[in-house]
Amino acid sequence: MLRWGRALRPRRGGAPGGAPGRPLRTAAPLSSDIFRELGRGLGRLGQTLKDQLPALEHGAGGWTPPGTPAGPRPPEEADVVVVGGGVVGWSVAFWLKALEGRRHGMRVLVVERDPTYSRASTVLSAGGIRQQFSLRENIQMSRFSASFLRNINEHLGVPNEPPIDIQFQPSGYLFLAPPQRAAKLEATVRLQREEGAQVALLSPTQLKAKFPWMDTEDVAVASYGLEDEGWFDPWTLLNAFRYKAMSLGVHSCSGEVQGFITSAEDTVSLQTARIKYVHIHMPDSLEYQPVTCAIVINAAGAWAEEVMGAAGLPGVLCQPPLPIQPRKRYVFSWHCPNGPGFSCPFLIDTTGAYFRRDGIAGNYLGGMSPPEEDEPDTSDLSVDHDFFQERVWPRLARRVPAFESLRPRGAWAGFYDYNAFDRNGVLGRHPKLENLFLAAGFSGHGLQHAPAVGRAVAELVVKGRYESLDLRRLGCRRLVEGEPLEEDGVV
Amino acid sequence: MAALRAVLGCRGAPALRPPPGQSRGAAGGLLQRLGQWFYEVEVVMAWGERLRQHRLRSRNAYRSFLRDTYGENVAAAVFTLSCGGGVRFEGQDSWIRPESHWRPEVLRLRDVPVVALDLSGSPLNYNGLDNLVPLTRLQHLDLSGCPHLDDWALGRLHVFGDTLQELSVARCPRVTERGLATLHHLRELRRLDVEGVRVPSPGLVRILLEEMLPDCQVLGMDLGDGTGTPTGGEKPPA
Repeated sequence: MLRWGRALRPRRGGAPGGAPGRPLRTAAPLSSDIFRELGRGLGRLGQTLKDQLPALEHGAGGWTPPGTPAGPRPPEEADVVVVGGGVVGWSVAFWLKALEGRRHGMRVLVVERDPTYSRASTVLSAGGIRQQFSLRENIQMSRFSASFLRNINEHLGVPNEPPIDIQFQPSGYLFLAPPQRAAKLEATVRLQREEGAQVALLSPTQLKAKFPWMDTEDVAVASYGLEDEGWFDPWTLLNAFRYKAMSLGVHSCSGEVQGFITSAEDTVSLQTARIKYVHIHMPDSLEYQPVTCAIVINAAGAWAEEVMGAAGLPGVLCQPPLPIQPRKRYVFSWHCPNGPGFSCPFLIDTTGAYFRRDGIAGNYLGGMSPPEEDEPDTSDLSVDHDFFQERVWPRLARRVPAFESLRPRGAWAGFYDYNAFDRNGVLGRHPKLENLFLAAGFSGHGLQHAPAVGRAVAELVVKGRYESLDLRRLGCRRLVEGEPLEEDGVV
Repeated sequence: MAALRAVLGCRGAPALRPPPGQSRGAAGGLLQRLGQWFYEVEVVMAWGERLRQHRLRSRNAYRSFLRDTYGENVAAAVFTLSCGGGVRFEGQDSWIRPESHWRPEVLRLRDVPVVALDLSGSPLNYNGLDNLVPLTRLQHLDLSGCPHLDDWALGRLHVFGDTLQELSVARCPRVTERGLATLHHLRELRRLDVEGVRVPSPGLVRILLEEMLPDCQVLGMDLGDGTGTPTGGEKPPA
């Protein structure tokens, strides 16, 4: 190797053409040539100035003029455009790449308008995963997701990167039911067991023996998930999906989809149409890029309906409107040194309030969904601290007497992509826009169902039908026909 | 300008890097040659990884045939022996180890329940537990030093809640305090060995474990590094 390197060097040094920087001159140079000095000085000054400028995004590129969007620009054409770079969007992108027949056979673009994820539902959630749902499809999706998360390094591991640790805490969900809902809880547990979930029913006495810190006064029966339930770190999962998808060749850009061009303009009949272009508006700028696409996937979560309302989609084609709306939910954090210990599950009270342990140092997270008529304003993510004092705390303190003395630590708010129709995800092909697929409206379960949803949508796109899980009942047809598919277990 | 840089918190100007291959000489040449094979190396590494996973999966495969034919005790015993571990049946005082001629013994004891399993240092993972969970009389389980045992797997031990008395998860690199928290299902546990389990604050975890399992003796997790002998409370848990 050394000999070879030596052989290369003289050739390179002795390249014909001479040194390009050599000045043309006829006489011996003066000792100080003012013009030559000036040129060098200006070069140095320029370099100094350049060094002073802050290094933006791409380290080597140096500085870009203000107003230029950071990050890569969207390509002019893509096969699949995924609107929304939350955990569902990235999961769809990952599965599209994992299931595609040929490497780099498909150009997938993920569009996210908030690259810092400051308002994203994914990272503002409490991070729970459970098997205890009342709808068969939801249980199946949870079981798929649990096995995906268990083997996450086989699916999302990137060579030469440290293994992914989603910090899963396998502590189980504990649902408490008052006497009037006991029969219903038992029926759902039967369904969950049929699907293979490990769920135990506990009587108040057993409950008291297992969790002595709990007041079981008005509890008739409780269901406790024994396996594959608990909570994990949403940010790690989102990033794992993102890195893996990008390592498989998914393009991403920051921008907002604010317009469509459909084939409805060309045809006379307005029964169905195809989306031909997606207009991606650059952040903080009037500039936009039309992207030619074959398939669009709406994974915009709470803002899925807003995307459908974008310019260019004829109103006739958007009927029925998606019943998905953002709903603000608070997560409160508090400290209670003598609260429930190591065995603390993710507890869902009879009143709908919930809490879980956060770490081992006596911190807890909790909250509850407000009644329908008291839905908070969703224009921002401000937190109503009185909600904890007046609604959540009294309920939790009645269940866990130790919580009567606690110290609030903080709170944040996030959006549920709430499906007001039947509180279940809307999944599959849009009834009128032929090349638009929906994956939104999971009403707070999007994070835990993301691996399964991504796989299902990717199968629909790549293979034309569901293969691993049959989720046809979650399609848009129920919106058209007005037949809700209710899920009881929405927390 | 320097102040501006400080305020903006930038990571400094990009370092001027010599164009590759001009100043490195032989080493640069070697790296460049290797760089041409980057994707091939990556694919080979991915194959290796897949092969490792396949091997792990087949070693942890569920032996449903054995269970259907000879019952869950034989299935669990054969699985344990194939992992290089030891088995003890009820009423025996010696361990059956793979080096002894085990097959006839195991079959002779097919109706005797398994009470103790030593799976220390074996490649047991979540899926391998499929072979063990049907056991109804298991009292002693040694899982120390299992490199693939993680928190998900510990969450499955709740099936032994009524019988298990001694458990060791010592020196399992992938077990954390999150998995230990699920051991509250093991009501009969008398001894728990957690030596060398990596947790952020061993003292606090030990206190929480003792609080969670009041009748259980917790071994090997002390204030400080978690390997020494109990030294009293000179250092409060972080």
